[in-house]
Amino acid sequence: MALRRVVITGMGAVSPFGKGVDILMESMIKGQSGVTGLPELAEVGGLRSRVAALVNGIDPKVIPRKYRRSMSKMSIYATLACQDALQQACVSEKYITGGQLGVSIGSTLGSTNITQSFFEDFFTDHSLERMKSTVFFKIMGHSCAANVSQALGITGRILAPSSACSTGSQAVGYGFETIAFGKQDFMLCGGADEYHPLTTATFDIINAASINYNDDPNRTPRPFDRDRDGLVCSEGCGILLLESMKSAQKRDATILAEIIGFATTSDPSSIANPNAAAIETCMMKALKDANVRREEIDYINAHATATIQGDIAESQAIFKLFGSHVPVSSLKGHLGHTMAASGALELVATISMMNRGCIIPTLNLDNVDQSCEKIGHVQGIEKSHIKTVIKNNFALGCVNSSIVLRRYEYD
Amino acid sequence: MIDQEVIDLINTSLAEEFELNEEDLKPDATLFDDLGLDSLDIVDMVIVLEKAFHFKIREKKSIREIRTLGDIHNFVINKKREIENTQ
Repeated sequence: MALRRVVITGMGAVSPFGKGVDILMESMIKGQSGVTGLPELAEVGGLRSRVAALVNGIDPKVIPRKYRRSMSKMSIYATLACQDALQQACVSEKYITGGQLGVSIGSTLGSTNITQSFFEDFFTDHSLERMKSTVFFKIMGHSCAANVSQALGITGRILAPSSACSTGSQAVGYGFETIAFGKQDFMLCGGADEYHPLTTATFDIINAASINYNDDPNRTPRPFDRDRDGLVCSEGCGILLLESMKSAQKRDATILAEIIGFATTSDPSSIANPNAAAIETCMMKALKDANVRREEIDYINAHATATIQGDIAESQAIFKLFGSHVPVSSLKGHLGHTMAASGALELVATISMMNRGCIIPTLNLDNVDQSCEKIGHVQGIEKSHIKTVIKNNFALGCVNSSIVLRRYEYD
Repeated sequence: MIDQEVIDLINTSLAEEFELNEEDLKPDATLFDDLGLDSLDIVDMVIVLEKAFHFKIREKKSIREIRTLGDIHNFVINKKREIENTQ
């Protein structure tokens, strides 16, 4: 496609390891897990999964009250991550407020925590007299994108894609296309989500949440592993600042990577079950968009959430397209499934791997499941100067997405 | 509740809701310019006061005349007296 080349010049992360890309990477390189036990989930009737990975160690009060009052946790995560991305890229105020910068940030839902609080009060007497003026701004579908724009003074276009676990990936892809088509010079792109037991319940009732490691949370989720039993819900935000190559070169900005291809597809065969052929098609379309041959891909960052069916379908698709020799890893073992944030947060980590010259292995992958064994699993830190990578994300609703990145080579 | 207790409860409630500094809570402080509140905050201020004093004031036209913290003190004190006089 490449009407205009698009690069990444800034990144931000709020993860179960805290705020910042460095702590994210250092924690994962050490093989740490952000997953903890949540015994209080025992109070939710019928919920069997009692593990999650939650964000700790951030200070929301660095955001002025005027902006914070309309934010739930997910918008706070998004704002903090966007501030870091802009700071890293050294984007001056004139670009932020002058219309050249847009936003593409989504979440699975608006804040379920705030929705619950509102209806708990509402159902006591069906009165709206106690409804605060800012409730809507926390539960609306474009809560993160709008709140980030308000807090940072952004005047460009706002996109707020929402496709559950594909949200972050689609947000980056649509931001990529926005810049490629010349509509904006900069786009803050990513996804954010905050934890609520409803998320775990959504997967638990369809037997896709981890339930056997409640007393040993660091051992789950286990992508591609023989003993995996489902995903672990988590929260956070990943943000990438996309910029036209021309703008980045003109500003003499440090280029972290180039986005060269994106594809997103619907799989109407099932609203819940991933399908290997559809995943393969999505990856093929992304490669075609990037105008790269499959042989050029030297790392695959898998979606692999540790569900039985999802991991098998993705590994089958990867094997069919790339064979056994391309390194593959999933970061869900470290992070859990950060839902709408996962695509962008894992892209942040993938780009950091490219620039650090290493591949982070799949945590908790001790015994590869026979059904997933044909692909090139990474089970220990590998030093590798990966150059061209593909990143997958798949969502309930059967929304698939793949992004192709290339390391930027300075002359 | 004596008038000073009413004033203290107003100030405490508003300070907590809007993260205001106690030293800024002077009667002549204007809500918009001095305390940095805006129209959304005024909506929430009514809810905070209704909760603190267990009365309904949202439909009172005189609310629109409020400009300073002292105006709020007087408004609430008068409203409480009005309620007491009708009981």
